[in-house]
Amino acid sequence: MAEDRGSSDLFKQIWLFFASVKLTVTVLLTLAATSIIGTLIPQNESPAAYVNAFGDFIYRIFYILDIFDMYHSWWFQFLLLLLATNVIVCSVERLSATWKIIFTENPKFNPNQFTGQKEKEKYVTGCSLEQTQKRYAPYISKLFNYNRIESLDDGYRILAEKGRWTRLGVYTVHLSVLLLLTGGLVGSFFGFEGFVNIPEGETVSSITLRNTGQKKPLDFSIRCEDFDVQFYDTGAPKEYRSSLTVIEGGKPILKKDIIVNDPLRYRGINVFQSSYGTLSPKEVTLSFKSQSTSMVYMKTAVKGNAVEIPENGGEFIFQDYRNSFDFRGHDLGEVFLGTLKSPDGSNANVILPKRFPEFDKMRKSRWLISVTDAEYRYYTGLQVTKDPSVWIVYAGFIIMILGCFITFFMSHQRIFIEVLEKGKHRAVLVSGTSDRNKLGMNKKIKTIAQELTRLGEV
Amino acid sequence: MTSSLILSIVTFIYGLSAFFYIFAWIFRNTATSRLATGTAFLAIFGNTMGIALRWMESYRLGIGHAPLSNLYESLIFFAWTIGVIYIFVERKHRNKIIGAFTMPLAFLTMAYASMSPNISDRIQPLIPALKSNWLIAHVMTCFVGYAGFAVAFGTSAMFLFKKKDSEAESTLISRFPAAATLDELTHQMVTFGFLFLSIGIITGAVWANSAWGRYWGWDPKETWSLITWFVYATLLHARLMRGWHGKRIAFLSIIGFLVVMFTYFGVNYLPGLHSYGSSG
Ligand code: HEM
Repeated sequence: MAEDRGSSDLFKQIWLFFASVKLTVTVLLTLAATSIIGTLIPQNESPAAYVNAFGDFIYRIFYILDIFDMYHSWWFQFLLLLLATNVIVCSVERLSATWKIIFTENPKFNPNQFTGQKEKEKYVTGCSLEQTQKRYAPYISKLFNYNRIESLDDGYRILAEKGRWTRLGVYTVHLSVLLLLTGGLVGSFFGFEGFVNIPEGETVSSITLRNTGQKKPLDFSIRCEDFDVQFYDTGAPKEYRSSLTVIEGGKPILKKDIIVNDPLRYRGINVFQSSYGTLSPKEVTLSFKSQSTSMVYMKTAVKGNAVEIPENGGEFIFQDYRNSFDFRGHDLGEVFLGTLKSPDGSNANVILPKRFPEFDKMRKSRWLISVTDAEYRYYTGLQVTKDPSVWIVYAGFIIMILGCFITFFMSHQRIFIEVLEKGKHRAVLVSGTSDRNKLGMNKKIKTIAQELTRLGEV
Repeated sequence: MTSSLILSIVTFIYGLSAFFYIFAWIFRNTATSRLATGTAFLAIFGNTMGIALRWMESYRLGIGHAPLSNLYESLIFFAWTIGVIYIFVERKHRNKIIGAFTMPLAFLTMAYASMSPNISDRIQPLIPALKSNWLIAHVMTCFVGYAGFAVAFGTSAMFLFKKKDSEAESTLISRFPAAATLDELTHQMVTFGFLFLSIGIITGAVWANSAWGRYWGWDPKETWSLITWFVYATLLHARLMRGWHGKRIAFLSIIGFLVVMFTYFGVNYLPGLHSYGSSG
């Protein structure tokens, strides 16, 4: 028996510990304080960068404490779990009492609670009891949706209230916190975040996961038909646009142009425009100027293929592209490299910087070759995510806003009006309570008392 | 007249209004206090016109967008909300001394926006990531929330002065509203701010989800707004604890506002930051 009591006492103590607001305040402040760490120490960088910045010893300590990915660390998750437990236990603990207040046929009004109130209004009127009741009751019933009249030996009371249900507001706020935590947890298990770069015209069917760097195959393929970037006159980017096609079983299923803030969504997977870059050109337009005839010929060279040069000049092969090229200590910038095969069988390596069309003069050969145009290709950088729990989180958002609104701007208001015979007059007392915004309630009581006084004038 | 010019003049009017409020409080001068409210209205009116004109100018430049896209524009809007919320409080509580503690905040905000060499008042085109209606909702709600906290900061400071001078030795402080009123006002402003901060964080999360496919990424700015939210949630709950009335709540409200200021200005000085402006 004694042991039983001991264990239930222990249970009760644990229960009360988790139901306490003191724990809430402690956990919330701890969360606030520790969250700062991750904003001072950049998260998820390479180990080498950290060792460099902090030294080996501190690196090890931080590593054990998961400081480098602290928002996903065991101790941070533990704090969130503590908060969730706290909310649940605290709500369970209080809900039954609140429930009784809200769902009762005949709400209890304790007269002492009202007559003992500091802020109350008193006045006397010459009207009879019946007259006052006839005038007061309709006015009060317009303001409060519940009201009743109790007869006393020497008078009567009007008891009225409204907004009982608003006491549930706090519970909805707390429920929303749980929804957000649940959504985050579910998302971390069943969702993913990755990226993929697709060159224009090409198709991919797998992405790279952001946190592990692993490849992840998709159930469908994505082709980038086209990528386009526009700039303002100031040089700032104006729009990034990728034309994407979703391909499934070899057939195009869906086409969409995506821009930042307007993703493609397909089968629970979202594809976002996130970056872009240029690829080395596969085609270049070259001009061949014959030094003997001064004729200029334009030819398009595809990488790796030979182009025939007129006037029986042999052939040219576009071998490679570099976006920077060092030539005797000078950076030539973008260059195209190629080989010129003369009809006599000799080969010459040709360097064609895009910026310097006259550069090829140095070779002093029969042909002056220069770059007129190059076909650049873009690749689009896409962020690819899946989060099946986002609806839990969004539901949490909506409920949180509603709950906060109810909690902060609505209240459970009760009013108490007592009219008693007092010699030749009737003494009236107006008092009331509210579960929040007491200041507002005091004002309201004053206004009601004024109106009642006016109604009670003979 | 350009919006920048109007807003510079508005800065001066806010300063004048703050001065009148302080003067009226110290010298108990009713004429000046009426003047203070008048100039406050004028400043808010000018502020409104400035924002509207700036909006129209952006369309004339062919890059039309709501004037809530950079630090300068957010500061202007912040000052506007502080002004409007204060005027509401003044009308409701018929006390003008609070103006001596909140109007200077509106003035300082405007002065910082107009005079800081690091803040450009040029109307810039929107980069792709900022082209979202969620962004407008996000910036507006955040700053309405911050403005609520700013007014709460003012009333908390007044509360602490009032408590320190409980014998009412100082005639200046004895003119403050009653301590209980200030305490209640602080609470009201904090709840108001908390609602809007919550909506601000939420709309920000929805925007992030529409732009980058994740609603939360523990980016320093996001994290600091969450820290702010934790601090004010602490305040709301601390009231329920025995012995945590009055002074401690006022201290929490002041700490909360300092955190707000850090979230707003300080985050840019943190290491290794990728701000919203550059990503996307
Ligand atoms: C991040 C988590 C939380 C948030 C955002 C939150 C939010 C709120 C809000 C907005 C209020 C209304 C305050 C007011 O009326 O001024 C409130 C009240 C309250 N909260 Fe929380 N809360 C959280 C966690 C908790 C936890 C863990 C507990 C557990 C003890 C708790 C217990 C209470 C209680 C007892 C009330 C007062 C209810 C009443 O007035 O009847 N809260 N909460």
